Amino acid sequence: MMSMKKIILGLGLLIALTGAALILFVTGTKYIGVHVALILIGAALARQSRYFDDNFYHNASPQAFYPTAGLLIPWFAWLAAVLVIYGLYVSFAIAPTDFQQGEAYRIIFVHVPAAWMSMVIYVAMAFWAGLGLILNARLSAMMAQALAPTGAIFTLLALVTGSLWGKPMWGTYWVWDARLTSELILLFLFLGFIALQSSIDDPRKADRAGALLALVGVVNVPIIYFSVKWWSTLHQGSSINMGAAPKMAATMFEGMIIMALAFWMYTIAVTLIRARCIILERERNSGWVKELATRESSGAKS
Amino acid sequence: MNNAWLVLLKRDLLLAFRRRSDIATTLFFFVIVSSLFPLGVGSDSAILSTIAPGVLWVAALLAGMISLSRMFAADFTDGTLEQMLLSPQPLALMVTAKILAHWLVCGLPVVLLAPVIGLQYALPSDAIGILVFSLLLGTPALSLIGAIGAALTLGVRGSGLLVALLVLPLYIPVLIFGSLAVSASQHAMSPQAHLSLLAAISLLALVLAPLATAAALRISLE
Repeated sequence: MMSMKKIILGLGLLIALTGAALILFVTGTKYIGVHVALILIGAALARQSRYFDDNFYHNASPQAFYPTAGLLIPWFAWLAAVLVIYGLYVSFAIAPTDFQQGEAYRIIFVHVPAAWMSMVIYVAMAFWAGLGLILNARLSAMMAQALAPTGAIFTLLALVTGSLWGKPMWGTYWVWDARLTSELILLFLFLGFIALQSSIDDPRKADRAGALLALVGVVNVPIIYFSVKWWSTLHQGSSINMGAAPKMAATMFEGMIIMALAFWMYTIAVTLIRARCIILERERNSGWVKELATRESSGAKS
Repeated sequence: MNNAWLVLLKRDLLLAFRRRSDIATTLFFFVIVSSLFPLGVGSDSAILSTIAPGVLWVAALLAGMISLSRMFAADFTDGTLEQMLLSPQPLALMVTAKILAHWLVCGLPVVLLAPVIGLQYALPSDAIGILVFSLLLGTPALSLIGAIGAALTLGVRGSGLLVALLVLPLYIPVLIFGSLAVSASQHAMSPQAHLSLLAAISLLALVLAPLATAAALRISLE
């Protein structure tokens, strides 16, 4: 039996060591902030492994997950706060002014990570939904449901910041270019998922219907993306190309990566909080929730 | 198995022809929507022929969508769908018969009527030919993808609006390639690439959509 503890520990150590190794051997101290952030996140994850049960499947029970999530939330929330403060500091105080775009370019430090997160969250949501559908695991479906609002918010944030950036750059708030349009369609997909789930009263049925929709959406996302891309291409090329050296200044790149990591930590913290609420709501008639409620109310009195 | 498939197809077509007003509603909706645009935009034939590919495709999209809720609703209320689920025939295959019936009743009439509307929009004759051909290739995908949405929203409150929210974003690639094919032919370019992609989308939908629809029906009926 795979041990959840070891997986989390290994993942954390891997992230931390990657950060350390990159400092030592590859990029030197050029992106020192990114590596420190990676080491912090990895160390925190490795430390969190103690909260997980050795039995892999035991962690999938809402009753066991509820307290674990409660212990994890402050770690991710603090990491998010620290990284956001440092990321904004790098973005606004250290990163140089762009010689073509002036100060207005700084909106990309929020815009690009938000756009990344919106796509990552959609895939994560489809992953959890699919896992819930295949293994019939309640917690996976709850995670998918908990991810959806955050994904919709990041999509909206990416759209709003994108149009605010477009006004000084392109002279208009909105252009029908490929990436703006596919981001808009992604928002529709998120809203469709949320609407379908909330209009079905039986939570188990809502989970399964939502999961199927998310999977259909994930098959469609690349088709939609490429069709929209061929339909129109006015947007500038990708800011960061995999495999190619980043074309921007090192500090700009660093600010963007730190902000992306911060958004990631924020997403995990908020999703866990929302998942805890969903667990309480769905399990409100079970013994352990009642016990928890009486314990908490008596604790508040004393 | 073939026999059951044919019986189901014939039954759905027969039911549709017994209630001819349903077919007419879809068709009139298509005509009305596409007649509203000149009234709003103006009767300048240069503008009309520019917007014609998009407008006609959007009208076809909406016409296909409003009829979606009828695909399974009647069978759901009278229990036929449950019998289909219990039958030994694979559900995904049976679903294709229902989707084909829906396309023959709601999709094909729109394809056949499109040249008339195209004339009203001052489209040249070769563009009208491409319009009809692109609709012929693309509307099956609309019925196939729409079936997933119709199956997911069975017995859900406010299902009509919900279907629109679920299905319309998934229709976007069909709309894009369909209207691009027509406007390419208007600008003396080859529409072949767009038509090929349209056919590819329809074929992909033919493979995957029945499976997803069958899964959705099982979820809705449990």
